[in-house]
Amino acid sequence: MAIQVNSIRSQFPILHQEVNGNPLIYFDNAATTQKPKVVLDAIQQYYEVDNSNIHRGAHTLADRATQQFEETRESVRAFIGAKESAEIIFTRGTTESINLVAKTFGSAFIQKGDEIIISTLEHHSNIVPWQMLCEQNGAILRIIPITDTGELIWEEFEKLLSSKTKLVSVVHASNALGTINPVKRIIDAAHAVGAKVLLDGAQSTSHLDVDVQALDCDFLAFSAHKLYGPTGLGVLYGKRELLEAMPPFLGGGEMIREVTFEKTTYNTIPFKFEAGTPSIAEVIAFKSALDFITSTGKANIHRHENDLLKYVVDLLQDVKGIIPVGTAAEKVAVFSFNIQSMHPFDVGQLLDAKGIAVRTGHHCTQPLMRRLGIEGTVRASFAAYNTRNEVEVFAQAVTKIASLKNK
Amino acid sequence: MSTIADIQNEIVAEFEILGDDRESTIFYIMELGGNLEPYPEDLRKEEYIIQGCQSKVWLVAEEKEGKVHYRADSNTDITKGLISLLIRVLDRRSPKEILEANLDFIPRIGMGNILGSQRSNGLAAMMNQMKRYALAFQTKQNA
Repeated sequence: MAIQVNSIRSQFPILHQEVNGNPLIYFDNAATTQKPKVVLDAIQQYYEVDNSNIHRGAHTLADRATQQFEETRESVRAFIGAKESAEIIFTRGTTESINLVAKTFGSAFIQKGDEIIISTLEHHSNIVPWQMLCEQNGAILRIIPITDTGELIWEEFEKLLSSKTKLVSVVHASNALGTINPVKRIIDAAHAVGAKVLLDGAQSTSHLDVDVQALDCDFLAFSAHKLYGPTGLGVLYGKRELLEAMPPFLGGGEMIREVTFEKTTYNTIPFKFEAGTPSIAEVIAFKSALDFITSTGKANIHRHENDLLKYVVDLLQDVKGIIPVGTAAEKVAVFSFNIQSMHPFDVGQLLDAKGIAVRTGHHCTQPLMRRLGIEGTVRASFAAYNTRNEVEVFAQAVTKIASLKNK
Repeated sequence: MSTIADIQNEIVAEFEILGDDRESTIFYIMELGGNLEPYPEDLRKEEYIIQGCQSKVWLVAEEKEGKVHYRADSNTDITKGLISLLIRVLDRRSPKEILEANLDFIPRIGMGNILGSQRSNGLAAMMNQMKRYALAFQTKQNA
């Protein structure tokens, strides 16, 4: 079913404004998506009517807030196909989710000489936590190389796998290039040598159907704000037996069962990993974001975004001076490119003058940029509310900029 | 020779012609970068890169007959244009003039609004580095 873009757009108040004298064209969705009115309303409703600290409150407001908070956990469970909602842990974002696994699973189950495999496509947040862990405990970080088109080299991955591999932590869809990795194959191959797999789902969960049971991944990390939800909220999915075996992350309220000055016993999952008062309003509003996605239909959104991606490639591929970066066969709706003899910053600034928001630079993937021999790219990334007309305006603006240095 | 204030007034007048058209203003700034004296390749070193700029900026200065001569380059065209404006205002002047200069043309042409905060911070870093060179030369002159 084709989605009704106009009716979707009408649900996003922020889109209806001018920037620098032009209608805003928001193509920075891989950084963060805009929020539909239902999400904004849910935040306001919470603070106006239900604001209260959750769990353990012996009053009606606390009860209401707790109930809504836990309803989101159930929505997230359904959204990613987890077996039970206790496997859903709320964090501050993908970065914190990955750090949580590195600090807890990593310190308990990865020892000196063990190996962790990541890929060249990773965001810094799926590199640095493992480097920190390796520095601490003497584990070894291995990197899957990529082709010039931005795809993992399978044979090289297979060569890296061994009985020493304890964890494979890979991005599902690359934020810089859009490449979709063959994660099911990766998970099966890793499990065959006894390794666990963490998927960085920051970019995939908003575009693809991610079913953790079908994939059989051990961990999945993603952020609410890239899924039309609030900022400052992330999710870590983990299989029950792993979460139970892992030591806690932060110490404090909520994560304890009983504290005496001699000894503390920890709460059950998921609360063991949710010390302190969480982002209650954000969690509650996130349910509305997931409802928005589900009611629009993920497959419909994905088809629409793919159509925009194909359209932009069609419009720009023969323009003199345009160098697409990342041309994998399977991609989410990310169009990364450079213009011959121009710096991405300058291109971004000129597009901004036309009211077009894109991201420029290394996209927190410096090792990937180094591998591709570039400093950065200009990245346009699409969401459900973007239109073919916006793509046309963007392509015209890019064509004009490219002509400056490419006569 | 025109004073620093005169040149700043000239620049402000030139930008006024462009009015509110942000795109034309940026194109104009990018063209200005073409006025920069070619930067010597042997001075394209890490130690001459200005810290605090998002894009790479190399800046060197030398003193000739009591005047400071600047040479600079960047890997982005907009930044090159901005440096060329700073050089146009401050180049081949005495350290005293440079240190006393009130560089108000940047806010007067509404550059912060055009460039956004990242580039404005970079511009401030460039200005400070140019003044730092002037201070070093002045200290040497007075020694």
